[in-house]
Amino acid sequence: MGKSIRDVYGETLAELGAEYPDIVVLDADLSGSTKSKVFGQRYPERFFNMGIAESDMVSCAAGLASVGKIPFANTFTVFLTTLGLIAARAQVCYGEMNVKLAGAYCGMSDALDGATHHATEDIAFMRVLPNMQVIVPSDATSTRWATRYAAEHRGPVYLRLSRSEYPDLYPQGTAFEAGKGKIVREGGDAVVFAIGIMVHKALQAADMLQAEGISLRVVDLLSVKPIDRDLIVRCARETGAVVCAEEHQITGGAGSAVAEVLAWAGVGAPTEFVGIQDTFTETGKYDDLLKKYGLDADSVAGAVRKAIARK
Amino acid sequence: MELSIDRQRELEALCLRFRREVLTAIHKAQSGHPGGSLSVCEILTLLYQHRMHISSPDDPERDRLVLCKGHAAPMLYRNLIEKGFLPADCMDTLRQLGSSLQGHPSIHTPGVDMPSGPLGIGLAAAQGMALGLRMNGSKARVYAVLGDGELDEGAVWEAADSAPKFRLDNLCAVVDYNKVQLDGTIDEIMPLRDLEAKWRDFGWHVIRCDGHDLRALNKAFDGAEAFKGGPTVIIADTVKGKGVSFMEGQAGWHGKAIDDANYEKAMTELGGVN
Repeated sequence: MGKSIRDVYGETLAELGAEYPDIVVLDADLSGSTKSKVFGQRYPERFFNMGIAESDMVSCAAGLASVGKIPFANTFTVFLTTLGLIAARAQVCYGEMNVKLAGAYCGMSDALDGATHHATEDIAFMRVLPNMQVIVPSDATSTRWATRYAAEHRGPVYLRLSRSEYPDLYPQGTAFEAGKGKIVREGGDAVVFAIGIMVHKALQAADMLQAEGISLRVVDLLSVKPIDRDLIVRCARETGAVVCAEEHQITGGAGSAVAEVLAWAGVGAPTEFVGIQDTFTETGKYDDLLKKYGLDADSVAGAVRKAIARK
Repeated sequence: MELSIDRQRELEALCLRFRREVLTAIHKAQSGHPGGSLSVCEILTLLYQHRMHISSPDDPERDRLVLCKGHAAPMLYRNLIEKGFLPADCMDTLRQLGSSLQGHPSIHTPGVDMPSGPLGIGLAAAQGMALGLRMNGSKARVYAVLGDGELDEGAVWEAADSAPKFRLDNLCAVVDYNKVQLDGTIDEIMPLRDLEAKWRDFGWHVIRCDGHDLRALNKAFDGAEAFKGGPTVIIADTVKGKGVSFMEGQAGWHGKAIDDANYEKAMTELGGVN
């Protein structure tokens, strides 16, 4: 196993603190969980615990940005993107403020806390906001890049982070580019466009399908907004069968973003959506939840077979 | 900060002119918020034309103001014009397509430090500015101008809680306490009870004054500036629609366009048509 995404984020943010004296970090009484505490311990004068007040935190971040700071606002993904949404929309995005929103526990990664604490609509909320960029890392290396990118890019960025450990995927020093996805496995019969944990599930599915003689290409989108139109169109055209896989509702998230690109480009490839099927989730162990809600390798493989059959 | 009798008279004349020009713009646009623009007139005019240090809209050392009650934008715009940040004739374009004078303040309007409109969230942003400015070693002050109806929003009280924790004595909130919100009086819609006690309990230095008396307001801002160790809130007693008899204290004039007959009446009361 690799490293917990939240741990990598916390360490990286603290490292960036030395390089960027304007970085300030806010949390809503969850800094031990989001790992923003690592920064807070190193730079107490640049760390603000706002208490359990997400709206206050995001607005305060907007104010800090307006006077030249680079604020990172942290809390559980679901609260950040709901209770913090009006401030994210009306001040951060409409005001073009240089604020970074880091959602610590995406999808069902806060597994045992149940549906109230699962973030399964956050990409939809964030990606529709003008000026907002949406980045979803998939391992330790891409998390380090995403955190640095957020600090260096001037403008609002939403980082979709996880409580969970993700296997290592990219060697250290891998070059990433904003708005660019990566083909993490070549294949010609179908393509899976995945984000986060689902990149790993898709790679497992590719192994399973290989035994059946199906050659599956796997793309890690990394950035839902801006999205890599060229790569999506090319892969869909070359394989002729598409699966979108995300730990999010199937409406409004990364799959919808891919479908928008394909519709715009006039690519008529059959497309299947792996994600949470317009339902609320429940308490359970993370792996059990991923299986129950159709987010495991078997589900991806099944969707690939369906997409290929529809060619 | 000194306010001579002569300067007071000048500012009073300016307020009268601003009231006329703001109503003229709202009449021309056939859309806007006369009531709350008139009640906040002296507060904004004293701050922008007398107290705040703003040499240019992008001077990093400038004092900041967040018009949390963003619907009073026309009175803000008229003040920014007077500062020279906007062309003198742009009031005519209020709420028109392509205008820099949006219905509610936009970041693209020179002199606007934070967009506003959705009520409740402005104070928290002003707090962030004050925090950041203090970290920058700046002496600049930050003002947050809130409506009283706005105090219904829970987000106000999140910031009311946190700003004293950070001991932000460079932050001054002003409540335009005109006692009327959109659907009716404050007492009918959502009573605020003892407003002074409420803010005090949250840890604020509280000053109460007549929000239409420039001298009283000036003294209140002096008090806010002199107070150290925490933020100050000035609860400014005002009258919604102040200056136009038939608008005064009337919820009906919160966000209502002005017809020609009422416009003529208002202009007569305010000392002549522009």
